[in-house]
Amino acid sequence: MTGKGGVGKTTIAAALADLAARHGRRTLVCEMDAKGALANAFDVGELTFEPTRVAPDLSAMAMNTEDSLREYLRLFVKIPLLGRIGPLASTFDFVADAAPGVKEILGVGKLCYEVRERNYDLIVVDAEASGHIVSQIGAPKVIADLVQVGLVRDQTQWMLDILDDPLRTGVAVVTTPEEMPVTESIELLGRLRAETGAHAAAVIANRVLPLVFTRRQQRVAGSLGDVVPLLTEAVGPGASTVVMASELTEARRRTGAEHLDRLRRALDVELDVPADLPLITVPELFARGAGPRVVSLVADSLDDELEPSTREPHRDRDGRR
Amino acid sequence: MSAASELDNLLASREMVLVAGSGGVGKTTIAAALGIAAASGHRGRTLVLTVDPARRLATALGLEEFGNAPVQIAPAQFADAGVEARGELWVAMLDTKAGWDELIARHAPDAETREAVLDNPLYQNITSRFVHSHEYLAMEQLHDLHATGDFDLVIVDTPPSRNALSILDAPGRMVEFFGSRLLRWLTVPYRSRLFTVASKPFYQVADRVLGSRFLQDIADFFVLFQAMERGFVRRAREVEALLADPRTAFVVVTTLETAPSHEARFLARSLLERGMSLGAVIANRVLPESLAERSAADSAVALAEQADGPLADAVAERLGAPREQVVSVLTQVATGFDDVALVAARESDRRAELAALAPTLLSVPWMSGDIHDLAGLGELAMHLREGG
Repeated sequence: MTGKGGVGKTTIAAALADLAARHGRRTLVCEMDAKGALANAFDVGELTFEPTRVAPDLSAMAMNTEDSLREYLRLFVKIPLLGRIGPLASTFDFVADAAPGVKEILGVGKLCYEVRERNYDLIVVDAEASGHIVSQIGAPKVIADLVQVGLVRDQTQWMLDILDDPLRTGVAVVTTPEEMPVTESIELLGRLRAETGAHAAAVIANRVLPLVFTRRQQRVAGSLGDVVPLLTEAVGPGASTVVMASELTEARRRTGAEHLDRLRRALDVELDVPADLPLITVPELFARGAGPRVVSLVADSLDDELEPSTREPHRDRDGRR
Repeated sequence: MSAASELDNLLASREMVLVAGSGGVGKTTIAAALGIAAASGHRGRTLVLTVDPARRLATALGLEEFGNAPVQIAPAQFADAGVEARGELWVAMLDTKAGWDELIARHAPDAETREAVLDNPLYQNITSRFVHSHEYLAMEQLHDLHATGDFDLVIVDTPPSRNALSILDAPGRMVEFFGSRLLRWLTVPYRSRLFTVASKPFYQVADRVLGSRFLQDIADFFVLFQAMERGFVRRAREVEALLADPRTAFVVVTTLETAPSHEARFLARSLLERGMSLGAVIANRVLPESLAERSAADSAVALAEQADGPLADAVAERLGAPREQVVSVLTQVATGFDDVALVAARESDRRAELAALAPTLLSVPWMSGDIHDLAGLGELAMHLREGG
C-alpha cells in the first residue's frame, strides 16, 4: 500500500488486512514507518517487530530495521561472535547511514522472508508514501546494481523473484479524489514497473463522496439558494447554513469526480498498466479519524467493492473456514 | 490588534519564514501566497524558495525549468492578475541534485577532490539518501540566499518529509555525521582498518554482509567527503544558528483533519521547546465554522420534518420543479447535514487546540480546486492578510 501522505493509506491497509483475516486468511499487516498509526487503527498499544495478534488470523507488526538486522545476522550470517561485536547499534549505524538501500532492504527483506517461509497467506504492507516507495521497493535492485559480492548481494535475487512476480507481490496505490494525490498516483503508476520491477495490483480511491442526487435533483438542489428566505421562514435561521452545507458537499463531490475521471482516463489511455487493473472506491465515511470502527467500516465497503469472483477461497490450508 | 496586521507584521519584521507541516496540506500554495502577501504589503524584495510544486502552480509562477536561479514575477503579471504589488517577488525552485553539486564545488579544497566526488558512482545515490539530504539542502539554500543580502525576506516551502522535525534536525545531523565514529572508521585506510584489533569483529560482520568491494567503494567516497568536513560543519552550524535566530519565523500549515493537525501541534510544541519562533499556524481547507452552530442543526431537523409538507409545495412552485423531486432534495439536504456538521464540529476542536499553541491562527476555507494562477494566489494572499 502506498499513496501520497494523508490519503488514508494506513486505514486502507488495516482494512484490507482485516477483510482478509475475516475470510480466514492468515494475515500479517506491517507498518513500515513506525509512526504508530497502525497501532491506532487497531486500538492496540505500541506495535513491535515481533507481531502482535490483533484479531483471529490477523497479526500486526511495526518494522524496525535494527531488529531486522539482528534477525538477519542470526538466521543467515550465523555469526557466533554476535555477543562480542560490541553494541549492534554501531554496526547498524554503519549499515543504515552509509550504505545506500541497505536500510530499505532490511525492511523489504524481512517481509520477503515471511513470504518465502509461507508464515502467512497474505502480508499487507503499509509502505512508504508515493514519494519514497520506489526507493523502498526498489532497494533490492539498487543493491544488486551497487554491491558486487557478499551475502546481501547473493540474497537480492530471491527477493527480486518475489517482488517482481505479479502473482505474489502487488502494489496498491491509494489516493483521494483530489488534485495532488491523483497526480502523484498517476506519476507513480507510470514509473513503478520500470524502476522497481513490481506490478501495480489496484488503485484505491479513498473518501469518495457518493452521488446523492439525480441530474434533475441536482438542478433543484443547485437552486435552493433562491428559496433561502422561504426555508428560513419555515425551519429557522439555520436554513441558509444547511443549504450552504449541501452546496459545499456537492461542490466537493463534483471536483472529486473530475479528478477520478482524470485518473480513469490515465488508467485507460495514458498509462501502460494491465487493462484489468481495478479502480476500487471507498466512500467518505465522515467518521474521520482512525480506530477499529473506521477500519471495520472501510473493510465492509472494500468487501462490497471486490467482486466475489476475484476473491481467494475463504479457507486456509487446513481447510478451516 | 487584528490578525490581519499580525501577518503583515510578521512578514515585515522577519527576514526568513519557513513554511512547515505534514505532506499534502498545501504548504507550497500557502508559501507562494505568503510571498504575494509580502510583496503587496511591503516594499522590498521577497523570495519564495519552493520545493517540488505542482506543475500548473510552477507554470503560474514562471518556474518552467528546474534550477536554483531565482526568477522575478514581472509587475505586468501582477497587474494582469489583479494583484497590487508594492515590492518585488522572486521565486526559485529547489533542485537537490544541482544543490549538492554546488555544495561540493564550494567545499572541495581543490578541483581534483571536486571531480573525484562528482565522478564517484556512489555520490548520486548517497546524496539522495543519507542524513535527510533534502531537508539539509533546503536549509543550506535558505542560508545562502539570506547571506547574499539580495532579499529582504526569504520564504521557504519545506520539503515533504516523514517527520516534520527532520527539517529542524537536519543541520545538527550533518555535524553529527562528520563527527561520528562511523565516518572516522570508514575513512581509516583499508589495510590499517583490517588490522585494528578493536574494529576487526566489526569489520568482519560488515564485510560478510556487504562485501569488501562495496565497503571499499563507500570508504573511498567518504575519504573524499571528509576532505570537505570543515566547510560542511561550519556551514551546518551557521544554518542551525539561523533557524533559531529571532529574524526567522516558522509558519506551520495544516488541515483540520486528525493526523495533520496532530503533527502540526507536535511541530509547534517542538519549535517552542527549541526556542525557535512560531509565527503563525495556518489551517487550510477548513469548513465554515457556522456549520457547527446549534441553529443550523435545529434547522436541519425541522427541514427533515417538513420536507414532505406545505414547504415542499411552496418550494416546488417557486422553483418550477416537480414536487416529488423537491421532497427528495429537501430530505437529502436535511439528513446529509449531520455528516457535514460532524466534520465541522471536529474541526472546531482541532482549531481550538491549535489556537492554544499559536500566537496567530489563520484559516483558509476549502475551495473547489487547487490554485493554479497568480490571481488565485493573490486572492488567497488577501484573505490571509485580512486575518483568515
